[in-house]
Amino acid sequence: MKISEYSEKQLVELLRRGHLLLRLKPFVARVQSDIASIARDIALMYGEFETVPIDSFADFHVSVVLETGIFGWMKPRARFYFDGRPSFVPLPVNQAFAMLEWGLNWCIAAHSHQYLVIHAAVVEREGRAAILPGAPGAGKSTLCAALITRGWRLLSDELALLDMATNVLYGTCRPVNLKNASIDIIKQFAPEVVMTEPVADTTKGTISLMRPPKGSVSLVESPAHPAWIVLPRYSPSAPPKFESHSRAESFMLIAEQSFNYDIHGGKGFNAVGDLVDQSLCYEFTYSKLEDAVRAFDDLCRGRVE
Amino acid sequence: MNKRMLIVSALTDTGVLSDLSCAEWDLLIRQGRRANLLARLAYQLTANDLMDAVPAQPRLHLISALRMVERQDKAMRWEVQCILKALGNTGVDVILLKGAAYVMAGLPTANGRTFSDIDILVPKRHIAEVESQLMLNGWQGTHHDDYDQRYYRQWMHEIPPMRHIKRGTTIDVHHTILPESARLKINTPALFQNAVELPGHKRLFVLHPEDMLLHSATHLFHEGGLDNGLRDLFDLDSLFRFFSETPGFWERLVPRAAELGVTRPFYYAVRFCTMMLNTPIPGDVVAASRIGKPSAALSLFMDFCYRRALRPVHESCATAGTGLARVCLYVRSHWMRMPFPLLVCHLVRKAIRNSTPPSWDAPFARDPN
Repeated sequence: MKISEYSEKQLVELLRRGHLLLRLKPFVARVQSDIASIARDIALMYGEFETVPIDSFADFHVSVVLETGIFGWMKPRARFYFDGRPSFVPLPVNQAFAMLEWGLNWCIAAHSHQYLVIHAAVVEREGRAAILPGAPGAGKSTLCAALITRGWRLLSDELALLDMATNVLYGTCRPVNLKNASIDIIKQFAPEVVMTEPVADTTKGTISLMRPPKGSVSLVESPAHPAWIVLPRYSPSAPPKFESHSRAESFMLIAEQSFNYDIHGGKGFNAVGDLVDQSLCYEFTYSKLEDAVRAFDDLCRGRVE
Repeated sequence: MNKRMLIVSALTDTGVLSDLSCAEWDLLIRQGRRANLLARLAYQLTANDLMDAVPAQPRLHLISALRMVERQDKAMRWEVQCILKALGNTGVDVILLKGAAYVMAGLPTANGRTFSDIDILVPKRHIAEVESQLMLNGWQGTHHDDYDQRYYRQWMHEIPPMRHIKRGTTIDVHHTILPESARLKINTPALFQNAVELPGHKRLFVLHPEDMLLHSATHLFHEGGLDNGLRDLFDLDSLFRFFSETPGFWERLVPRAAELGVTRPFYYAVRFCTMMLNTPIPGDVVAASRIGKPSAALSLFMDFCYRRALRPVHESCATAGTGLARVCLYVRSHWMRMPFPLLVCHLVRKAIRNSTPPSWDAPFARDPN
């Protein structure tokens, strides 16, 4: 059954009992929460995602629950639990859904050593994937959000899962994290996108999550072949420009941005080497999203040197 | 199927895995992960060619855990080399303890075992020299507070843990195996006398088989926080099984426990290994181990506590009294560690300084965002 087929009341109840098993292919997350706003945001963001029966295997058991205590009623805070064990610091309750998202990212990054888990956005077109590694503030999520509203398929905006045996990429196609100015920029760029209410004053500034496109969600199980590694760099009033990026530096960047590169030892080294070998590596400077999307279309058509 | 101890059933008889439901696999993986025994299970399944029979979803978690310990094993070997290099000039013999010893001595106890730090044992007269050589080679002391320094140096069996500034690895330098202030007095010179040099290494030792087992028992049954209690019990099980082939091991075990002054923890090791893990221990050794048995009342009480506390710290494993048992063992561990007046001063200081319970510092290495 899809999340969109449940009423909000049903979702609240499922969450309260911890009976919501959300399929985030290739994983299943079992979610528990006593915070009503989480049900609303799950309905908004995960409408196209399936649930699985209660007696299924869940990879991650997570909860986001209100903190009890003397000050709880004055300034309510929520805390993330991984399988009953409190994790991370409690945050104001209006950040509960974002905390669930961050917590799930942590679950995947810390427990999925069947993959090389790279901190990068991945978008795909015609079976070929562009990997945008995550230098903070470089605009990887903004660029990713823009591309997926114009024909590119979303694999992930945070975690690229590289299957080292077959050298293909997977993503969980979860909501895109937008921060600060990029929230309004994306709203103007693509007024049709659905976002959560912006939440101010988080550790990352103001944040809002963007619903993944329906078409991308339905293709979540299809892997993509790495074709480009693009290091985005937002630079005010600069024209869009791809510049060749050194393979060695791209290698180091991917290795540094991988959560479990060290765990894989020699296999990880070879996997990153293969990834870089089969990709064209660029640094991409841009200021306007319209131009950036056009430049990426050229990239896809092989018109970039 | 006893769902409370699914991980124990799975590790003691992999046959039970053939008819687990999805929900049971779900629980097994969670219990195993919490008890730090997932990789051990994965290792056993791989060794017995059973991994392919595991359903795909839980299999990925088992493989993931195995990757992690393979990496730790490599890191451990490298770290030992770094320590030996750092201490090369001192001419001090280094005895590896616990996890590092299991790895370097090639014991099956190391298979699928998780590690967090390296423990070494050196004679007390060389502690200052070892500490300064480690510092010169990049290890930094922790616990800089005056009270903590005094706590470690005056009463403990180790100096404050040292952390390498680049690698972030931690080393615990011990001069004996129980706190100096502890009620139980250890015959430390005897431990050093019987240490066994590891072939292929210079000045690198592990404890003699009986001593290794007795140290493992002493450590487990003096611990207060039993987060890894079940894993440590499986260590003991593995040591009993492996050394049972060593000539003279069983004959020497009980006399040695008496010589070192650790008959009580040895009794508990025999008691709970046989009771909970069906460890094969000869009847005469079980009978002889009773010289360390406490009074009947205390014995019943300890059974109550350890049968509950030597489980994964997971909601699915809790029974009536689990919380109480853990608190009692925590208090007991402090009681054992130092004389009463000292304990009162220590706890008052700790209470004033730190009101946050230790279990809340979930050690999440990296926030993915």
